[in-house]
Amino acid sequence: MELLEGELEQIQTEVGFILRKYEPGREQLLPILQEVQGKIGYLPKEAMKMVAEAINIPEVDVYSVGTFYNQFRLNPPGKNQIKVCMGTACHLTGGHIIMDSFERRLEIDEGETTGDREFSLERVACVGCCALAPVVLVNEEVEARVRPTRVDGILLGLGKAMPVTSKHQKEEGDTIE
Amino acid sequence: MKISRTVTITIDGKEYIAKEGQKLLWTALENGVYIPHLCGIEEEEKPAAGCRLCFVEIDGFLNPVTACTQKVKEGMVVRTRSKRVDKLVGTAFELLMSNHRLGCARCGANGRCELQKIAKERGLKLKTSRLRSLVPEVPVDESPDKFTYDQTRCVLCGRCVWVDHHKAKIGAIGLVRRGMSRKMATFGETAMADSSCTQCGMCVEACPVGALTFKEK
Repeated sequence: MELLEGELEQIQTEVGFILRKYEPGREQLLPILQEVQGKIGYLPKEAMKMVAEAINIPEVDVYSVGTFYNQFRLNPPGKNQIKVCMGTACHLTGGHIIMDSFERRLEIDEGETTGDREFSLERVACVGCCALAPVVLVNEEVEARVRPTRVDGILLGLGKAMPVTSKHQKEEGDTIE
Repeated sequence: MKISRTVTITIDGKEYIAKEGQKLLWTALENGVYIPHLCGIEEEEKPAAGCRLCFVEIDGFLNPVTACTQKVKEGMVVRTRSKRVDKLVGTAFELLMSNHRLGCARCGANGRCELQKIAKERGLKLKTSRLRSLVPEVPVDESPDKFTYDQTRCVLCGRCVWVDHHKAKIGAIGLVRRGMSRKMATFGETAMADSSCTQCGMCVEACPVGALTFKEK
């Protein structure tokens, strides 16, 4: 994922500030990563490198933990967050087909963010309304009984140009919080 | 190392002298009794015990236990084979087979592969039968000068990661992701040559299978 202009400086400042609060030591890794993600919204590689150096463990160990827990994301959350439910009921009613449809349309894999940071796609495990399966959460709004055709509708409603990709750029100054 | 006392243990009806406190797996191997194993590291005080292949029956234990985690004790009575042990080891081996690129003839580890040895020793098949093969299509990483990394032949024993961290002390590789996506990789899952790897080759020597193999000269 390409960093936005000024994002690297922001990451360095934020992470540097967080790291000052912790004693060095491997056992601090999880709380640090949680705080970094809480602040930056995801775990950029630059941040993971800084954490590794601060607590004196190999970079790959930080990456290992960051990729192990579902709690952590390695890509920035998109402006529109799409969460496809993969709970039992949604899985049985074709949740993975819906996921595939989103992956094809957005040209990213599950867990990734589009290059323009407009959309991020992730899987969730049950959102608690199984009667409406398969369910997709679009920016915390529930989309019920989603069909592949509805996927296009959802994306069009969010301003994605169809059918192929658009080069449409958003206004400048879009930083992630 | 402190001087350790010796104890007498029984493995498959034969008595052996063993160093007290040594893990049973290594005692057995030193005495020529083969127990299948992939992830075991002798120096490691708390083994991962993740490969689930070194099961043995020990008198006093209700169920089979992993030999790599059991310290030898005076009078310990061990059986390396039983119906339950064979079933556990057989299933673990089948699961490995279902996620391992087969075709030994085209593998760099052919002839020195630990999987081949286990299959031979225990009469197991080097193919999938009950289980579907779930080998991902991943290209071989040929970026290093000295060796190649074929992820599809990796058994996730973690021996390469252990020597990288504890012997070579580089910290270039680790086990990343989870579940079916788990794999040995570098930071950011880059090609090996683009990482902090110094290509010392210690991980290649540690690999029990054909995942990490030296390039032919």
